[in-house]
Formats: sequence, structure tokens, C-alpha cells
Amino acid sequence: MTEFTLWDIVRNLLLAMRWTVLLSLVSFIGGGLVATLLLFMRIGRGRFLRFVAKYYVELFQGTPLLMQLFLAFFGLGLFGINVPAWLAAGFALILWSAAFLTEIWRGCVESVFKGQWEASASLGMGYVQQMRYVIIPQALKIAIPPTVGFSVQVIKGTALTSIIGFVELSKAGTIVTNATFQPFTVYGLVALFYFALCWPLSKSSQILERKLNVAHRSH
Amino acid sequence: MAGRTYPCRPLNHGVRHHAFAGWRFIHSTERGSVLKYVFDYSWLAQYWPVFLKGLTITVELIAVGAVIGIALGILCAWIRSLGPQWLRPPVTLYVELIRNTPFLIQLFFIFFGLPSLGVQMSELQAANLAMIINLGAYSCEIIRAGIQATPRGQFEAGSSLAMSPFETFRHVVLVPSLQRIWPALTSQIIIVMLGSSVVSQIAAEDLTFAANFIQSRTFRAFEAYFVSTAIYLLLAILLRQLLVVTGRLIFPRRSVR
Repeated sequence: MTEFTLWDIVRNLLLAMRWTVLLSLVSFIGGGLVATLLLFMRIGRGRFLRFVAKYYVELFQGTPLLMQLFLAFFGLGLFGINVPAWLAAGFALILWSAAFLTEIWRGCVESVFKGQWEASASLGMGYVQQMRYVIIPQALKIAIPPTVGFSVQVIKGTALTSIIGFVELSKAGTIVTNATFQPFTVYGLVALFYFALCWPLSKSSQILERKLNVAHRSH
Repeated sequence: MAGRTYPCRPLNHGVRHHAFAGWRFIHSTERGSVLKYVFDYSWLAQYWPVFLKGLTITVELIAVGAVIGIALGILCAWIRSLGPQWLRPPVTLYVELIRNTPFLIQLFFIFFGLPSLGVQMSELQAANLAMIINLGAYSCEIIRAGIQATPRGQFEAGSSLAMSPFETFRHVVLVPSLQRIWPALTSQIIIVMLGSSVVSQIAAEDLTFAANFIQSRTFRAFEAYFVSTAIYLLLAILLRQLLVVTGRLIFPRRSVR
């Protein structure tokens, strides 16, 4: 029987961690783009679009991410295409993070003081100008800490893609466990690697929140 | 799976199921026949007790997880904000570790990792423990925020009324803090309930496990997951309503802020 050293385990897990990072980046950026679209639907004037965006968010926040992954995996197959795990994983995670980011950013836009809307309207600004010059710059500043905080949720969410067969850190942990019979060490290490990815983001989110809040209050 | 009893008849129940279930040649276009997927929910008539059983397990998991998890969260929040100094670093480590690792890995660590230390447990016990530990960490952070928002004068007012530190904490600090953060706690409980779908991966027989079981029997994967997703959505809506009503019953006095 082959003997596995600790370095063998660590090396294999680190190699798989690339895919966790890549999938997180794709989901976060893709989710951000879809969320931008949804945000404008959600806070816009069109009643129907508002309705669609609202229930999109409700739907994705009210169902498990695992189920969304399963439905993407088997649902995309219904169009007669062969669905690789990475495609279903990316697709579901983008839609899922879009829902959460829309809700976070909507809160940020709505927390901009109402007088700002009225003031900019009284300066003769149109909707687009109000958004571009008055509301978005202020909302962006409020949005940074919770958005960074949500990136942690995305990284943790990618762990579920192992269940539909995408080989990232968690799946690699299972594979390495099956080869080495050392679940305690392997899953401990996997947890530590996730911690190493997520903790700096959580911490910076907290620090940013404190800093930006102070700046916000001094106005 | 062998040896487990399921509230439905086993294989070979008259309906032919195979890996291409659902795909039919439809003679509809002038170009000839087209391969199309036809949705079929007829298996529901036979398999709904499986969903029901899975649902009861999911409800049991979240009920136990929420009650004990929040109790653990209250204890940890007390330690981190008012408790003895020497206990704070380990509790902080626990909270940060849990909040920055995926629930799936926590579950695998408990179920597959701990037995090598001699801690054996069943799938359901492992799932329950993982949910308690997970919700304990998250609710600790939420409740701590509530406790820290308590004005300093409240503590002094409590002790000036000859209340013991424990009585002050229980009546003056904790209850208003919980009331303040109840909406956040409600959301977190629902997130944990939805997250519980991964306990199917250690073969705890929850709602997702039921869906996996049904799709492996009928090859109706999309339909099985679609129905279970709908059940999760309903459960999330009901749970939110239940928690809102519970909040109103526990905290009837609106004046406490």
C-alpha cells in the first residue's frame, strides 16, 4: 500500500484549492453583474420588473443552494446538452449570489437619505443623473463592507458544488480521505484552508465597516 | 441503504423507469419526430410518503438545532461580552472557525473525522450536532451585537434595584437584546434550515435525501428536485411566519427598546 505523507495531502488539497478560488471569483463577479441588472429592475420605476426582481430574490433566498445546484445540473440537461459539473456549478452559483447581492445593494441604495433624492430632483436632474452623480456614489460606500462579507458566503457556497461532482477543495478532501483513510487530518486541513481563504475577508469586512462608518458619521 | 425501511414499495412497481425516462419522440413538426422531454409527476402518488418522512426529519433537525443552538449562542454571547476573561479567546476562536468554514466540511469533520478520536455517532446525531454547533456560532455573533447595544445605564439600573448580576442579565439585558435582534436571528435560523439539506451527504434521511432516493428509483431527477425545492420554499415561508408569531408571543411589550 502506498504511504501518504502529510505533504502529499497538503499538496493535493492546495492544487484543488485553485478551483475553489476560480469558481468563487467567477460566481462573485458574474453574480455581481447579474445583480446590477436586477438591482436596477428592483429599484426602478417599472412595476412588472420590480415584481420580477423581488420574487427572484425571494425564490433564491428561500430555497437551499444545494437544490439550486441539482436543478441546474439536471435542468440544463433538459435542453438536450451535456452538462459538465463546472457549468452547472457556475450557473447556479452566479444566479444564487446575484439574488443575495441584489438584496444587499438594494438595502444600501435605500439607506441613502431621502432628502438626497429630493435635492437632486430639485436641481433638475433626471433619474439617470440622480443615480449616476448622487445616489450610487453614496450607496457604493455603504455597500463595500457587506459585499466583502458576502464574498465569504460565496467561497463557502462553492463547497456544495462538490456534491454534483465538481472537484474543488471539498471534493479533493473526500478523494484524499478515501485514499489515505485519515479523515480527521484531511478534513481538518480542508477546514483550515477554507479558514485561510475566508477569515481575511471577514476581518477586512469588519474593519472596513468600522472605518467607513466613522467617515459616514462625521459628515 | 440496505436494511432501512421506507414507507413505499420497493423496485418493480409496474411502471417502467429507465435512464432516459422522460425523453419521448414527439411527432409534431413537418421535419419529422423530435426528441423532447416530457415532465411526469405520476410517481408522486406512490412516493409522497418518502417526502413526508424526509420532511419530518428536516423539521426535527431544525427544531432541535434552533433551540439548543440559540441556547449555546446565548451562553457564548454572554462569555464574549460579560463573561470571564480567560474564557473569551477559546469562544472567539470557536465562533471565527465556524463562521469561516463551510457547513459541509464541519459536518464531514464531525461524522468522518471524530470517530478516529473514538467519538462514534449516528448520521442523525452528527447532523444534529453539526447544526447546533453551526447555529451556536452564528447566533452568538448576532446576540452579542444585541447585548452590546444595551445602554450602560440598564446594568446600573438593574443592580440598583438589588438584582443579582444573573437576574440583571436575564431580565434587563438578555430579553431586550433578543427582542432587538429577533429579525436577524429569524433569518439565520432559516439560512441554517436551508443549509441542512447537505446532511443528506452523510446519509441522514432528510428531505434532500428523500429527493435523492426518489430520483435514483424513478430517474425523474428534475421533477424530484423540483418538488423538494418547492417543499423547502414552503417550509421557509412557514418557518418565517412561525418565528415572527413566536417573537410577538415572547416579547409582547413593544415599549422595551
